[in-house]
Amino acid sequence: MCSRFAEPAARAGIVVLVVLALAACSRERRTFHDSPPAASVAAESAKAVRSDSGVSRDGPYGNNAWALSQGKQLFSAFNCVGCHSHGGGGMGPPLMDSAWIYGFEPANIYATIANGRPNGMPAFKSRITPQQTWELVAYVRSMSGQGSKAARTNRSDEMEVRPAEAQTKTEKPVLVTPPPTVTPPAQEGHP
Amino acid sequence: MSALCACALSLNGCGLDVHRTPAGAEGQQPHIVLQTALPPGGTGAQIAAAATAPEDGQWIRPAKDFASSRFSGLNEITTSNVAQLKPAWTFPTGVLRGQEAAPIVVGHMMYVVTAYPNLLYAFDLSKPGASLKWMYNPKPATSSQGEACCDVVNRGASYADGKIIYATLDNNVVAVDAESGKEVWRTKVGDINKGETMTMAPLIVKDRVLVGNSGGEMGVRGWIKGLDLKTGAVKWTAMHTGPDSVVLIGPSFKPFYKKDQGTDLGVKTWPGTTWQIGGGGMWGWISYDPALDLIFYGSSNPGPWNPEQRPGDNKWTSTFFARRPETGEAIWAYQMNPHDLHDYDGVNESILLDIPWHGSKRGILVHPDRNGYMYALDRATGEVLYANPYVHITSSDSVSLKTGELALNPTKEPKMGKIVRDVCPAAPGGKDWQPSAFSPRTGLMYVPHQNLCMDEQPTAVSYISGTPYVGMDVRMKPGMGGNRGFVTAWNPVTGKPVWRISEPFPVWSGALATAGDVVFYGTMEGWFKAVDARTGAPLWKYKTTSGIIGQPVAFRGPDGKEYVAVMSGVGGWSGAIVAGGLDPRDSSAALGFVGAMRDLPRVTPKGGTLYVFSLR
Ligand code: HEC
Repeated sequence: MCSRFAEPAARAGIVVLVVLALAACSRERRTFHDSPPAASVAAESAKAVRSDSGVSRDGPYGNNAWALSQGKQLFSAFNCVGCHSHGGGGMGPPLMDSAWIYGFEPANIYATIANGRPNGMPAFKSRITPQQTWELVAYVRSMSGQGSKAARTNRSDEMEVRPAEAQTKTEKPVLVTPPPTVTPPAQEGHP
Repeated sequence: MSALCACALSLNGCGLDVHRTPAGAEGQQPHIVLQTALPPGGTGAQIAAAATAPEDGQWIRPAKDFASSRFSGLNEITTSNVAQLKPAWTFPTGVLRGQEAAPIVVGHMMYVVTAYPNLLYAFDLSKPGASLKWMYNPKPATSSQGEACCDVVNRGASYADGKIIYATLDNNVVAVDAESGKEVWRTKVGDINKGETMTMAPLIVKDRVLVGNSGGEMGVRGWIKGLDLKTGAVKWTAMHTGPDSVVLIGPSFKPFYKKDQGTDLGVKTWPGTTWQIGGGGMWGWISYDPALDLIFYGSSNPGPWNPEQRPGDNKWTSTFFARRPETGEAIWAYQMNPHDLHDYDGVNESILLDIPWHGSKRGILVHPDRNGYMYALDRATGEVLYANPYVHITSSDSVSLKTGELALNPTKEPKMGKIVRDVCPAAPGGKDWQPSAFSPRTGLMYVPHQNLCMDEQPTAVSYISGTPYVGMDVRMKPGMGGNRGFVTAWNPVTGKPVWRISEPFPVWSGALATAGDVVFYGTMEGWFKAVDARTGAPLWKYKTTSGIIGQPVAFRGPDGKEYVAVMSGVGGWSGAIVAGGLDPRDSSAALGFVGAMRDLPRVTPKGGTLYVFSLR
């Protein structure tokens, strides 16, 4: 079905169309039983991710619309939404902004979801399969405009509370230090 | 302030006849004056005599006395000299989350608890600049930060028997020696893995330390416990859902209204076993009447917020209780919000007053509920004497004095697949945790509160322990008039507002009334304000470094002077957008509060500083 996009045309056109076709193929692909990289592969090294783990820059599903919509549903089904709202945060930090405490690479986010983080992010690895976790990774990244724009969700089934992921500005991710751990003032510093 | 009695303009239809005046010349907030005739001798209401004590210059518990009056009998600072108030000393706590605690003053010492990690600072007021004597760190589990629904706040400590006692976010009640700062005992009373946290300030009655849990958004099962003051041992636990035996309902239990009578209603008013994860925590305020030997408090909202998942009255959530402090035995209960639809917790304060009522004296408690009604209940029986709106209400029509029932507005009932718009008050209610004050000199209650409405839509939610159990998308917005906050002076005898001050942001700080006829409160922009207790006229204001959501207190220093103290440091549910660095593009963030607070980051940074003011 995908091949129908690649019809003969001017040379430059073919190149464009082929690129589009490839993007379209992965955008539309639906995966029911996939073997995405296992949790162990998702070592928290961006280098490992990009070179030999088989995980692309945007994760296995960063360009896949169906996986992204699955991820959006899982984000509600596993109550991520209760702590992170629809990306703006609450009990947990915002996920639609540029700031990342534990890294924005797909493998970092995979590890965050699977293993949890010390300041209140629960570990979900006993509840969520690796495939679902990667779908969540793709959706979490799409909240701040990462991954293919064409694949991102365009509308929400619920009341509108934020611009749709497809309309969200693509943030330039930055690493931030965790919220300052308390530094009780020294006794001498007291006025 | 002659401008106060200007043009009359009816603002809403909730029974409040509202007159608005233009903004004052000095850029003060506009006043809304409802009725100017306050009898010179006051309204006739008095603090319940047995629940208060003569002024001793201390402030040993957040609500000042058992009646929760938050009234200081000190009168050095008055309406005529308050304009000279200046900071005497300040102390940066190093903790930059919402600071809701009241500073506690015992003898020549002051104690203050910060937001997570719940540091306890002790200052020696007799030393120059009130030097820090010691600091105690209870080291709460870091993961507790992700279990607290609405910022990692703490509402303060209480003093008794040489100990400063408070609850940590990770559910430890700690008693610290007031002299040395050494831990005397520590009791773990809840489990963060089940979504439980603690944010309330304990009330200590005789040899019982009374504490309750937070977590109505996490599918916890709510409770109140009585701990032994000497050892910290748990002496009794009363659950707020489940069979009568664990709710501590026995033969002495006499609810006033039929709707609250029956056996095991904490099980029967829930589908299946959902009462086990049904909410009903206790994270607010407790009052105590020594004459009746009863404590009074309300339980929180039921869980999940999505009401379609819990058909029934959901007892005993959003319910006011009277219990015996020693045993926890329930004496009466009154459910304000059966089958709560909008997160209307019942945990707000109650002030114990004696008022003239139809020719005789009546012992009442006045409770501003989240649902927008100010309830006057008979302390002995739980009978509702009046329940009048203090904010604009669309979610219900009235409270029946005959049956005690709340008449809901059916068009505002949340249903899956449907967006319900303009529900007023919004989820934090007409008023949230921020406690009111009462002055026996004016007979008025000073109620800091918010003016918010919301749109909401329920979504299906499954219970996963330690994660939110909410099932509701919410976006809040300013209520009628556009201002998001009010300070309302309430006549507890007539059940009507007397004057009110509008503020651009929710007034999320407590109030303090003093014998100098000055009322103090803070704003989320960081102003600490003094107004005239009789008229609401602005008298003084001082800009602190961050928004104020703390509880002001007054005390007499070792030098004999009157001081006023408050914590500055924005946060809490309303200020989570700043304290948690939330994204303003998502109006559902912080359970929908961000929708109404997008501009807050432009007016205040985070903070965490203790301010102490005096005249010289
Ligand atoms: C109980 C509340 C809670 C739930 C439920 C929750 N989170 Fe979190 N999450 C947090 C907190 C708190 C943090 C910050 C942890 C820290 O700083 O150590 C966090 C951090 C994160 C981060 C890292 C952000 C960064 O800047 O590095 C990601 C990604 C994340 N959560 C995704 C999810 C997903 C996906 C789910 C659902 C499967 C989820 N969370 C469920 C509370 C929660």
